[in-house]
Amino acid sequence: MGKVCCCNKDSLAKQDEAIQKLFRSYAPGEKEALIPILQETQGLYGYLPKSILYLASEYLNVPVGKIYGVATFYNQFRFDPVGKYLIQVCAGTACHVRGGGLILQALESELGIKAGETTKNSLFTLSTVACLGACSMAPVVTIGGEFHGRLQPKDVVKLLRDYEMKE
Amino acid sequence: MNSLFTPCCEKCTHTKETPCADLIKCAVEGPICHEDKNCHKVKQNRLKYLQGADSDLTYVYIGMGTCGLAAGADKIYNFMAKQLEKKKIPTVMKKVGCFGLCTEEIMVDVKKPGFPRVSFAQVNLERAAEIIDVFIEHDTIPEGYLLGTVPMGLSSDDSLQDQVHYINDFPMMKKQQRLVLRNCGIINPESLEEYVMRRGYKALTKVLFSMKPDEVITEVIDSGLRGRGGGGFPTGKKWLFTRKAEGKRKFLICNADEGDPGAFMDRSVLEGDPHSVIEGMIIAAYAIGAEEGYIYVRAEYPLAIARLKKAIANLEANGILGDNILGSGFNFHLKVKMGAGAFVCGEETALIGSIEGKRGIPRPRPPYPANSGLWGYPTNINNVETFANVALIIDKGANWFKSIGTPKSSGTKVFALTGKTKNSGLIEVPMGISLREIIFELGGGLQNDKQFKAAQIGGPSGGCLPVELLDTAIDYDSLQRAGAMMGSGGLVVMDEDTCMVDVARFFLNFTKKESCGKCIPCREGTARLLEVLENIVKSNPNSSEEELQKRYQSINQLERLAHVIKDTAACGLGQTAPNPVLSTLKYFKNEYEAHVYDKRCPAKQCRGLLVYRINPKVCRGCGICAKKCPQGAIVGERAHSHFIVPDKCARCGACVEFCPFDAITVS
Ligand SMILES: Cc1cc2nc3c(=O)[nH]c(=O)nc-3n(C[C@H](O)[C@H](O)[C@H](O)COP(=O)(O)O)c2cc1C
Ligand code: FES
Repeated sequence: MGKVCCCNKDSLAKQDEAIQKLFRSYAPGEKEALIPILQETQGLYGYLPKSILYLASEYLNVPVGKIYGVATFYNQFRFDPVGKYLIQVCAGTACHVRGGGLILQALESELGIKAGETTKNSLFTLSTVACLGACSMAPVVTIGGEFHGRLQPKDVVKLLRDYEMKE
Repeated sequence: MNSLFTPCCEKCTHTKETPCADLIKCAVEGPICHEDKNCHKVKQNRLKYLQGADSDLTYVYIGMGTCGLAAGADKIYNFMAKQLEKKKIPTVMKKVGCFGLCTEEIMVDVKKPGFPRVSFAQVNLERAAEIIDVFIEHDTIPEGYLLGTVPMGLSSDDSLQDQVHYINDFPMMKKQQRLVLRNCGIINPESLEEYVMRRGYKALTKVLFSMKPDEVITEVIDSGLRGRGGGGFPTGKKWLFTRKAEGKRKFLICNADEGDPGAFMDRSVLEGDPHSVIEGMIIAAYAIGAEEGYIYVRAEYPLAIARLKKAIANLEANGILGDNILGSGFNFHLKVKMGAGAFVCGEETALIGSIEGKRGIPRPRPPYPANSGLWGYPTNINNVETFANVALIIDKGANWFKSIGTPKSSGTKVFALTGKTKNSGLIEVPMGISLREIIFELGGGLQNDKQFKAAQIGGPSGGCLPVELLDTAIDYDSLQRAGAMMGSGGLVVMDEDTCMVDVARFFLNFTKKESCGKCIPCREGTARLLEVLENIVKSNPNSSEEELQKRYQSINQLERLAHVIKDTAACGLGQTAPNPVLSTLKYFKNEYEAHVYDKRCPAKQCRGLLVYRINPKVCRGCGICAKKCPQGAIVGERAHSHFIVPDKCARCGACVEFCPFDAITVS
């Protein structure tokens, strides 16, 4: 960990107010708070910036390697910024049976990226999730939190156009 | 009066700090501590208002669970609220949870003075306008999308008896027995009052003031309630272990991780009736002597998390949760923890690790959590649905509960019925019902009148059951014998167009990704199983002799490997991961054989085995396919028939999707 300052107060004090507030709502050294802190950080930035991992390490007194281990273990956490619209393609059973795989393929070829990547113009990030809980509308995709159900591969092009038009 | 819990007059001594033992009874029947006709009347009026029985008001109920919202329920809500306000019709707009008839979403119920509560299906803006104009304003019931009347226990329930049937006569409702879902879609889940109005927290009061912890446990043991999270362990016994365990602190955890992709029972219960789960938890905590509890919810369920937090805050403000609950001296503190997207965290020891802020890696048992769980203290873990049954058992008695279902599996089970059935959604059926009844009566049969092929039950740990087993009774033991398992309650129906090898591959892909990596049989074994399956859904015309040999052996290898994993993996995830392969191998071996020997996918799903051709008679040479082909495998001149170069074709199917003339054939 070499260069990282070991004095909690100072390095935290240099951060945004939002981050300070987030950390201060947990007691220093409260190991149970690690996952909630990571979740809330991701809520603020859309991903986990490296600096926050170091900060959490100091604040909670957990080695940064352990924190990285936890953060990479859970599917929820990302280490790269996301595009303006996060596209979540459901990869649950009901959606798979009703052709969700084709939707993903259509999105991949239309956007020219693979699941997990972001388009060059930072507009879309493509990802898959296990069940969005709207199985009766399968196959389901959410774009920027909006649901689109009962899709067919051909609908994808138009759907993306609609979002591009908004820009 | 702003709430059933606000003091009716100065005589009421109830506060959050000094809660009254009669609070729940007082809220619906009160006042108890003094006699006052006026106080009573105020309470009864409030009740009437909550029940939808106020004679001056029209009530509109809109299903706003995740599925309803996904279908656009908020737009209908805003539209109706605005229209009714414009027309100056005194209305109460209510957001209710998911009723379970997801194919009928968006559901809107209307309760007018003098009328029963009438439910309408698939409401769009046009229908919403019609409901207002025709029914709310002119008392005529629009036809075509009427679901039925919803009995609310009011005198007006039967007033349309000869015109409109009850919602329970709807095909998908007929064989249901709604215990866990008793309030889902009926009440506003954010209202503690509405839950109390429907006998809520009565069981808790009974437990705190008239039952000893041991009596509670005996009652639950006698009821025969078994865990609804998958394993089916007797709930009362589990409580007894934790009660008996030595420990300075004890913990109670509700498992709401619901990792099975394609199942959403727990989510719907938490969204539609969070108090039923919390009441069950407080009762359980009292029985085992735990003062601290957690609800571990998947992060993908933001609405459920929000509703739970609201419910907890509401209970604390009324002295029903926290220190000295209802003045009984019993303390219980409840917190919500968010999961972070790992299927294995549904396993109890992994879940405990995750709450402690670590990676969710299962550890060997024993010691069981009952002896050494969260931070090493005795811990009891139950599923959402298990807890939701508890209050009913206490309220109505073990014998009543035992009379439902089968002798060894009492009560009901909630299933998420999805896939290719006509009706899909959430259903609650008594144990012992057959798969056939669920799929063909409640589910209404298959869409487009296709042939039924299989029912996948139990998610990634379960199995696929074929036509021959349609009469299997749904209970823990029969399902296990058939090679599936109850699981948490996912039920995905597949038709002739589904490839069973592909289904096995789908689940293995899931378990491989979700394996925590700790034990070798699971980490390596699932990867190898998947590799074999990937191999047989591909065809390489230039395979060597050796590769062909390997392909022909793959069926035997699959079976052997699956058994090794089953026998040697460390936790439930690995031990059950081969189930989808084993059950499809058992019941659909012919499909595997077609893939392996004939290099053919009977359901035309495995793209690697398909051959794409352009029909020269239909092709007009528009060139769209050539442009869309990611491999550049399509050649041809404009306005002349095109051609697919077989060696270059990656069989992605893009050309089929985009061809405007349907000129591309697949075989
Ligand atoms: C891989 C795996 C995933 C599991 N997922 C869940 C789950 O999502 N929800 C759940 O309640 N139980 C799940 N369980 C079962 C739990 O370990 C535990 O048995 C259950 O929560 C106990 O509650 P019950 O007795 O009320 O069923 C899972 C088990 C395994 C092995
Ligand atoms: S499987 Fe896709 S929403 Fe449930």
